[in-house]
This record gives sequence, C-alpha cells and structure tokens, in this order.
Amino acid sequence: MAANPRIKLPDSAKIGDVIEVKTLITHVMETGNRHDKYGKLIPRDIINTFVAKYGEAQVFRAEFGTGISANPFVSFRMRVPGPGVFEFAWTDDHGVTTVATAPLTLT
Amino acid sequence: MREFAKISRLNRRQFLISATAAAGFLSLIAGRADADAPALERSKQFEETFAKLTRGATPVANKITVDLPELADNGNFVPITMIVDSPMTDADYVKAIHLVSTANPVALVATFHLSPINAIARVQSRMRLAKTQDVIVLAELSSGQMLMSTTMVKVTIGGCGD
Repeated sequence: MAANPRIKLPDSAKIGDVIEVKTLITHVMETGNRHDKYGKLIPRDIINTFVAKYGEAQVFRAEFGTGISANPFVSFRMRVPGPGVFEFAWTDDHGVTTVATAPLTLT
Repeated sequence: MREFAKISRLNRRQFLISATAAAGFLSLIAGRADADAPALERSKQFEETFAKLTRGATPVANKITVDLPELADNGNFVPITMIVDSPMTDADYVKAIHLVSTANPVALVATFHLSPINAIARVQSRMRLAKTQDVIVLAELSSGQMLMSTTMVKVTIGGCGD
C-alpha cells in the first residue's frame, strides 16, 4: 500500500523561475525476487507509474521498475508557467492510484 | 681526475636514462593491469533492453553527468542524480532518460519522461543495485539522437534478492 505522500516545493516562486519539485511516497516496492520465512516467493508489488501535473498539463512522468528503492523518491525541475496547483499520482501493480495535491505559492 | 669526472657524468646520464625507461615501463605495466581487469558481467536481459531502447543504434557517450557513489554500502538504497546538458527548448530537448542496470534481475530501472517545461534536464532518484555493476543512463533527445553515460558502482551488500 502506498501511503504518506510527501511533497517538497520552494516556499515561493516567481513566474519563469525554475523550481525543484521533490516527491516521496511510502511503499515497500516488493521486487518479486524475495522469499518469505517459509521459502515462498513474495509476489511483486511496486509503484509502476508516477505522473506529475501542474494545472491541466502533465509536467513529468516516470515508469518505475523493480530497481527503484522502497519509498520511491523523485526530484525534477520545472519552469513556473503561471499560478497553479500540482497534482501527483502514484499507481501500483494492483491499479490503485494515490493522489496528492500541492499549491505553488507565487510572489 | 679529468677522466674520472667524465666517466661519472656519463654514468649519471646513463642512470637517468635507465631510470626514465624503468618508470615508463612500470607505468606501462600498471596500465596493462587496468586493461586486463575482468570486464563486468552484463546480463542477457540487459543486452536485450539496451538494444530495444537504442533500436540497435550506438549512442553517443556525451553530455550526461551522472552522480553515483563509487562505493555503495547498501545496494537497497543508492542515490542517483542524472543531468543532461540540453537547452530544453521546444526545438531541442530531452524526451526521456532511461536508467538501466547491467546486472540487476530486471535491467530497466526506470524511465523518466521530460518536456521543455522542465527547463533543466535534471532528475534525482534512489535505486537498487544487486551487485557491483555498471549503471547506464540513456538520454533520448527530441531529435531522435541517443546519449549515454556509464558509471561503475561497487556494491558491498546487494539490494535485490533475499
């Protein structure tokens, strides 16, 4: 289960600034290569897609494989086009999507 | 006395020549030892993934800066920063950055999709490394060109299996 999405944005930004967007979500990212204590294979369970939108526009997307660490962390850059709200969506192998939103404060 | 001085000067010169030659020879041996180090194993799955991503073309080893630890104590948690030198304009930008491992059970670690709004093609994440291997970053440009960077990471405790 994905839980506790964390988003780090600059306290404030101006239109045209290039800002860093940091995101992290709590998730085991089970690789499907590990065994439990009875020797049974633990099935794969990872977040496979991450989408970041600003307003209506998609500004970043990532597809994860099993090689991404538990609690997947991603940071990317974006030039601020104008006022807006970020919407981040993480989708796991069960098709469950966790969404978090964060407004960007403009000066 | 004169004769002696002449001989000694000659000897000194001879000594310098032989010393230079010896040093050159030693560095040659050192260089050879490096080249003879066993090449890191690359999985068949990596070769297939790489061929698929590059569509058989040879990427240019250029314009990508990858920040990875030289030595990863814990292969479960290896921070990586990828920066592609690109103007990120509508005409010339990085479309995607593929992160590929040469010896993990699944070669393709992640694909990051970018567009001109990103302004700087810089992505950070954290990856798993099963063992000591090369980490390959491929950048796909809007022109269709592929760039590549290869970084070797030594792993103390692997981060993929049990």
